[in-house]
Amino acid sequence: MRLHIKNGRLVDPATGKDGPGDLYVDEGRIVERLKSPERTIDAKGLVVSPGFIDLSARLREPGYEYKATLESEMDAAVAGGVTSLACPPDTDPPLDEPGLVDMLRRRALSLERARVYPIGALTMKLQGKALTEMAELAEAGCVAFSQANVPLADTQVLWRALQYAATFGFPVWLRAEDAWLAQGGVAHDGEVATRLGLPGIPGFAETVALSTILELVRATGARVHVCRLSTAGAVELMRRAKAERLPVSCDVGIHHVHLCDRDLGYFDANCRLEPPLRSQRDRDALSRALAEGTIDCLCSDHTPVDEDGKHLPFAEAEPGATGLELLLPLALKWGQARELPLAATLARITSEPARILGVAPARLAPGAPADLALFDPAAPLRVTPEALKSQGKNTPFAGYELAGRVRATIVGGAVVYEA
Amino acid sequence: MLRDPQLNANGELQHLLSIEGLPREVLVQILDTAESFAGVTEREVKKVPLLRGKSVFNLFFEPSTRTRTTFEIAAKRLSADVINLNIAVSSQSKGESLLDTVANLSAMQADIFVVRHASSGAPFLIARHVKPHEHVINAGDGRHAHPTQGLLDLFTIRHYKKDFTRLTVAVIGDVLHSRVARSLIHGLTTLGAPEVRVIAPQTLLPSGVEALGVRVFHDMRAGLKDCDVVVMLRLQNERMGGALLPSAQEYFKSYGLTADKLHLARPDAIVMHPGPMNRGVEIDSTVADGPHSVILPQVTFGIAVRMAVMSIVAGN
Repeated sequence: MRLHIKNGRLVDPATGKDGPGDLYVDEGRIVERLKSPERTIDAKGLVVSPGFIDLSARLREPGYEYKATLESEMDAAVAGGVTSLACPPDTDPPLDEPGLVDMLRRRALSLERARVYPIGALTMKLQGKALTEMAELAEAGCVAFSQANVPLADTQVLWRALQYAATFGFPVWLRAEDAWLAQGGVAHDGEVATRLGLPGIPGFAETVALSTILELVRATGARVHVCRLSTAGAVELMRRAKAERLPVSCDVGIHHVHLCDRDLGYFDANCRLEPPLRSQRDRDALSRALAEGTIDCLCSDHTPVDEDGKHLPFAEAEPGATGLELLLPLALKWGQARELPLAATLARITSEPARILGVAPARLAPGAPADLALFDPAAPLRVTPEALKSQGKNTPFAGYELAGRVRATIVGGAVVYEA
Repeated sequence: MLRDPQLNANGELQHLLSIEGLPREVLVQILDTAESFAGVTEREVKKVPLLRGKSVFNLFFEPSTRTRTTFEIAAKRLSADVINLNIAVSSQSKGESLLDTVANLSAMQADIFVVRHASSGAPFLIARHVKPHEHVINAGDGRHAHPTQGLLDLFTIRHYKKDFTRLTVAVIGDVLHSRVARSLIHGLTTLGAPEVRVIAPQTLLPSGVEALGVRVFHDMRAGLKDCDVVVMLRLQNERMGGALLPSAQEYFKSYGLTADKLHLARPDAIVMHPGPMNRGVEIDSTVADGPHSVILPQVTFGIAVRMAVMSIVAGN
């Protein structure tokens, strides 16, 4: 489809450019000019940005179709302006075999919505014992390897896994959480958990594990992306690791830059998340670090959970919240609070995650893939769970008044969503 | 700020879920009402017709004898019909969800649910899903709260000491796992007790416990000094021999209440224990059965307090 997008406000996070202009698309790519467009989209009043790239969105297939399906979550992705997403390997069975990865990619491709980048399991069945066939998995389409939220307690295995991944240059994505210190915990170990009588996960469960990971990065040279930072202490460790020029990057989820343990209120199971919501001080440090660049990007950590999984006492409720459709408005809310230019805000969900994912740069320049999001940054959005396309309706942001509505999403030059 | 889910729009007690957040007036109302019921329990005919025709469902998802029995007695003395459900061995093992169980009982025309559950916050979840005329009373949820126990402790303290605003109270033992301690501490701070102490090794204190308004002592002798009220907490056997405590013997040596240590408290100090006691682990028999002990009166007062709570919520 030859497209002409006119009258838009073009925001290119990679260069910081922000201004009115027209954009042309041909054969799935952005082109300099176009003679005879088949379709012209009037983007008056809209921002035209590279499509959003989400480093963590669970699609729940295979195995958890009762929580969500590929169809429902891919609809949610494009409705949220997300044109590429990485999905963690904690499916059932986990993504530890090339056949599974291949099937997932084909299924996703046939839906013709967002691009899906599977993260392969680092160990067989995510059990933390035997390594997966990483080279085979990479060939099948895995862009990195991870344990998702399943802890890898055995540091010998972690060391070997990093060595092996480094041998082939595969990135490893890890959450930093000490399995023993976190054992049995369901909330941040602090004043709120003490009042509510909830077993705590101390903040140092993250820094202890992160220190181990960084030490192993020094030893192996493996490229490690640290997922879902939750503490001020971890931010400080990442700051030093980056100053040391270790090959590391990190992200934070949308919940953790906006919420803290006080939001648990009276045992709100929507706030049951992994990692747990931490203190106000931690939240502020995360928000600041994301602005300063110590944290590279923001992700939705989209985790659809069915109603039965949340209609339980807090500790028994399944962790996770829906997020794909809230990534943009919550990124905008964060950027506004930090008084950042729009291009800088959008960089955290476009050019930065593209760099970590190792895919084509998210740019508004000739030659770049025509993966675009057209959105109205000022359009009010009241978070209404029933209105979400995702099958997961649970979010601690239900009822929030946000701003930012996606009007059109384009993937590879095809308009895959319009509202 | 969210509205406290246990109060109705008029600020009256709709459910009793936690002592935390309850206004002083509500606490005093409950204690005063309990005072009026204390007489009933001493009469020959121990019944009043306040809850005649009402159904009280004792929903115990966790085993309990004492609390369930005192709720049952309290409900019967108010002339209510009492139905005891020991869910730990019925529907939950058949896979029925907590809310389905409650919905089914609600269809049987319940008025009051008395709930005990191993998970902190479970009564809040139930309270969010019951019908407007139904009331939920928390009979202990995880480590979070045991408000009727806290209230009977307050009632006992008021009975013997009259005025909260001059008291030094020590709560000793496994505060980390104790819903009794949390409820009592909130009650004491709300009623104006100027010094509430917790005495325990670090492994048995939750992090940031000072934020509850208590002073922390690790040395029991220092903590007991000049106390008016000494509250011992139960230490469960499964806490022993692991990473929390090395042995019952060593615990008793450092944190067990003996007559010798009790001398450090005020001469007229009272000793309380929520039961069941582990003699020789947290408390010596000479103290448990001694002149300072008010452990058995606590049990008696528990009935009047539970009558008060049930009659108040049912009337709102």
